[in-house]
Parts: sequence; C-alpha cells; structure tokens
Amino acid sequence: MILPEKSRATLYLYAALFLLGVLAPFVVYPMFVMKIYVYGLFAVAFNLLFGFAGLLSFGHGAFFGTAAYATGHAIKVWGLTPDVGILFGVLLGTGLAGVVGAFAIQRAGIYFAMITFALAEVVHFIAMKMPLTGGENGLTQVRRGMFLGVFDLSVPLVMYFVCFGIFILAFLFFLRIIHSPFGLALRAMKDGEDRAISLGYSPPRLKFQAFILSGMLAALAGSLKVVVFEFASLSDVHWMTSGHVILMTLLGGVGTYIGPVFGSLVVTFLEDYLSFLGQWVTIITGCIFIVCVIGFRRGVCGEINVLYDKLRRGRAARQGDPDTTRAEQAGE
Amino acid sequence: MEIFGVPLNLLLSQVMLGLINGSFYAMLSLGLCIIFGMLDIVNFAHGAMYMMGAFFTWMLGHYLGIGYWPSLILAPLLVGVIAIVIERVLVRHLYDLHHIYGLLLTFGLVLVIVGIFRGFYSVSGKPYPIPEALTGVTNIGFMYMPTYRLWVLGASIVVCFGTWLLIERTRLGATLRAAIERPDLVATFGINVPRMITLTFAFGSALAALSGVLAAPIYPVNPLMGESIIVVVFAVVVIGGLGSIIGSIIGGFVLGTLEGLTKVYYPEASHISIFIVMMIVLLVTRSGIAGK
Repeated sequence: MILPEKSRATLYLYAALFLLGVLAPFVVYPMFVMKIYVYGLFAVAFNLLFGFAGLLSFGHGAFFGTAAYATGHAIKVWGLTPDVGILFGVLLGTGLAGVVGAFAIQRAGIYFAMITFALAEVVHFIAMKMPLTGGENGLTQVRRGMFLGVFDLSVPLVMYFVCFGIFILAFLFFLRIIHSPFGLALRAMKDGEDRAISLGYSPPRLKFQAFILSGMLAALAGSLKVVVFEFASLSDVHWMTSGHVILMTLLGGVGTYIGPVFGSLVVTFLEDYLSFLGQWVTIITGCIFIVCVIGFRRGVCGEINVLYDKLRRGRAARQGDPDTTRAEQAGE
Repeated sequence: MEIFGVPLNLLLSQVMLGLINGSFYAMLSLGLCIIFGMLDIVNFAHGAMYMMGAFFTWMLGHYLGIGYWPSLILAPLLVGVIAIVIERVLVRHLYDLHHIYGLLLTFGLVLVIVGIFRGFYSVSGKPYPIPEALTGVTNIGFMYMPTYRLWVLGASIVVCFGTWLLIERTRLGATLRAAIERPDLVATFGINVPRMITLTFAFGSALAALSGVLAAPIYPVNPLMGESIIVVVFAVVVIGGLGSIIGSIIGGFVLGTLEGLTKVYYPEASHISIFIVMMIVLLVTRSGIAGK
C-alpha cells in the first residue's frame, strides 16, 4: 500500500472482480460460483493464519465442519432463521478455535501443525459418535429459509447475492485485520519473533488472537456452506478438508490477499469437472500439492506480484522515478 | 482380586492388548524420529509407508502366493526402495527450506499414495491370515494370550531395542549422529552425507513398513489404515518430543498401555485418551518431556 500506483491497480482489479461476481450467476451455474466463495473464504481464513502469522494449521476443517453442523442443526431442528443459524455456527466454531488455539500455540512450527491435526481428529471422532450429526449419513435437507426476514434464499439468485455479499463483507473484514496495527504486528512477529518481543509485543497473545480470528472466518465459511448446499457431512470435519484448504492457499499464493480465492476456483473447477474420475481426483490433487511445494511456492498470485514488481522496477529505472525507487529500497 | 472394581485378570489382559498397540506406536514414532533427526522433516507419509507394508504383504500373498515370513523381509525392502526414489526425486529439493514445506510435501504424497490404493482396492478391509506357526494361544502365567500378539510384542521390542543399539552404540550410529550435528564436518572425513540421508529415509520408512507387515494379520488391511494410526503417533511424538529415540520408544509403549487401561475404565474415551494426555502435557509443559 506504499505505492500509489500499485494501490490504484489493486483497486481496478477488485472493481473488475466485483463486476465479474455480479455477472457470474447469469453465465455460470450459481452453485458452482457459490462453492468458490465458500471455499475461497475458508482459504482466506486459513491464509490469515499461515500467510500472515506463519502458523500452519492442519486442523481448520474442524472449525469449518463444526460450524456447518451447528448452523445446520439450528436451522433444521430448532427451526431458526438462517441468519441466526449462521451466527450460532460462527459462535460455536470460534469457541472451538479458542480451545484448539490455546493448546496449539504452546508449541511452534511442525509441532503446532501436528497438534492442530491431532485435535481436529478428536473433533472428527466426536462428530462421528454424536447422534445429532447423523453419523455417516450426515445432516441433510437443511432448508434455507428467509435471510434477515427479507431475502428468500430458496430463490437461487437471491441465495447467490446473499452469499456474494457475505463473502465480500468477510473479505473486507480480512483486509481490515491485515492493515490494522494488529495485522502489522502479526507480520512483524512472523518475520522475527525475537524482534517483536523486544518491541514489546507478546507473540503467544498475537498467535492466539490470530488463531481465533482465522477460526472465526473458517466457521463463517462452514456456516455458509450448510446454508448454500443444505447439508453437512463428516467429510467437512475430515483432515482431507483441512488439506484441501492448504492446497487452495498454496496454489493461489500464501500471504497474498486474493490468491486463496483463486486457488479455490482452480480446485473447485478440478473437482467438478473431473468428478467422473472418482477416487483418482485425489491423486491429481496430491500431484498439484507436490508440484506447488517443490517448484511453485509463491503460488499464482505470488508469481504475478513478483512479475508486476519486476516490470515496475524496470520502468522506474528507465524513468529514474525517485518516488518508486525510494519505496523499492525501503521495501527490499 | 479386584482393582477399582475391575477383576485383575481383565485389567492385565487389557494392559497386554494396550502394549500391542503401543508396539506399533513405538515403532512408528521411532521411524518418524530418526527421519526427523537426519532430514529435518516430519514425514506425513509415514502412515502411508505403514499401510504399504501391510498392503504389499497382502498382495505378495494374494497374487504370488508368498507367505508371511518372506514378506517380513520383502515388504519393507519394497517400501525402502520406494522411499529411496521419493527422497531422490522429491524430498531432496526441500533441505534448504523451512521444515514446514517437508510436512506439506509429504502430505501431498499421502494423497497420491492413498489415492492409488483407494483407486484399485477401494476402502474395504482385506483379511490376512495369521501364520500357522503363530496361531492359537499361549499361557503366560496370569492369562491366555493369542500367540501372534505375543510375537508382535516381542518382535517390536527387539526391533526398537536393536535400532536404539545401532544408533547409540555402533560406529555407524556414531557417524549418523555426527552427521546430524555437523553434516559439513562429517563430509570432510570422506563420508557421503547425501547417501546417508537417503538411506536414513529408506530405513525409517522400512521400519514403518515392517510394522505394517506385523499389523496385517490383526488389523484390517485397507488404504486408510495409515492415516488413522499416524494421527495417534503424532500425538505420541508431540508428548515425547522428536529429539530423543529412547523417548519415542518408551512414549509409544506407555501411551499404548494407557489407552488399554482407559478401555477398562471408560471404553468410550479410549480412542481419544492419548489426545487428552497430549492436551494435559501441553498445558503443563512448554517443551516435550524427553525433547529438546
């Protein structure tokens, strides 16, 4: 956000994407686009933790799935409206993130990842045993109902724009976190924990807060998922879901803003259009994972950013633009 | 005689069963530990190696008519070869990176390996007979124990102790430990460190495959068996720390026993008892019991 030209380009990009989102349901199957939003939001939540706080969680499916079950149960069994149901799901998912986060931040790096993985497995086990999740059958036929008393979600287009609206609000919330003093402190901690401590920050507290915020957004994605697709199942809390969200983020670009949404688009596209391959899709997903880790760690949007900076640097050097060159030096 | 309202022989039999589970935890966390020490990566695919060990045993018997005893050598060898290929082609690209990337790469490997076996064999369990010499039960004084389970316990203790001796008490082990501390210095003594790394990865994976062979006659052989055990092993490793070989062995046996005991007093919680211990340990300490 230091470079005025870059922020202008970003603004144009967001405007174009917004327009694309408005037009999309008239061109593409709305359910497909909503799936991109749901998993895109989930990946944004994961990226908040991994890309900006440097914490790799292997258990985000637990928050996503728990919120999906909670919202689904509230709507189907208690007969609550979807808005209250979503609120309930987000609350429960955030609470769970608080519990898991409190344990996970006791260790760093790979141990953090293993703890989140293990605790998510506990959640999966409980979900499997609890009668109200419907066990192997899942929680099905969750009727969408009226959102805020005005929007009839059973109409596909209304559902689409409510989903789109929630996604945009959540994404703006994410941007707000990243650009707040808290977000800057997170990045400072990620780059050098000791330096952050010497500046008076408390890494455990920062990590815990980031974990809760990330879990909250993941829970919102899960709640949205059950409203859109009208079902929640064991696969939502499974480690495979946690793995998928990592892949989306990696593919789109860890630490970029819109990258994870792009990753969600690619993975959703693959899943929907290669679904005739059945089990074999997992192998393709795994291969993409491996390729990303070995030779494509910046992800699509990360590469675009690097390319953009390179172009700008070339131009700035030619014109001798003092403004950009100074910023460049500050940035490096 | 009763202890907390539970007959002693029931208690002891559950402890013995817990020790069997513990044998697998110990062998798997030992392999995880060795690989982490040398390669600095947590091998997410360790469970997949275990699954492949069990599956190759089944396949050798099913397609080629090769029995349990040859499989005990052949399956780990096969998995070892696969591990060498994986290390040379994929894992070696990551040594200069943060070890989180190792975890991510091996997670991708899990998707591929499990996906292949699921594609061919779906998720149903394949039965594998107990070898004839080990069928029946043996009287061990206080109870009758299935002979095969006794064999698993004995074999795992021998393997774990043997590995510990190899690493802590032999010249080869000393070189290995030196290479973990200072690879650059060890290389100047004319030792091929990259080859040592490759062989360590193969050895750890073969160890996982060996546990898979031992597991084949008592657990259903299916593509997902690796993931359900590796998550428990991760918890064991979080409790014991990845830094100590003896810690991972003892941790595996103790936690397996504890799981068996939970089964006596509160069966519902037995599946998650190890995770609860992990949570308690995390609350009480800030670094693993036997870890760094």
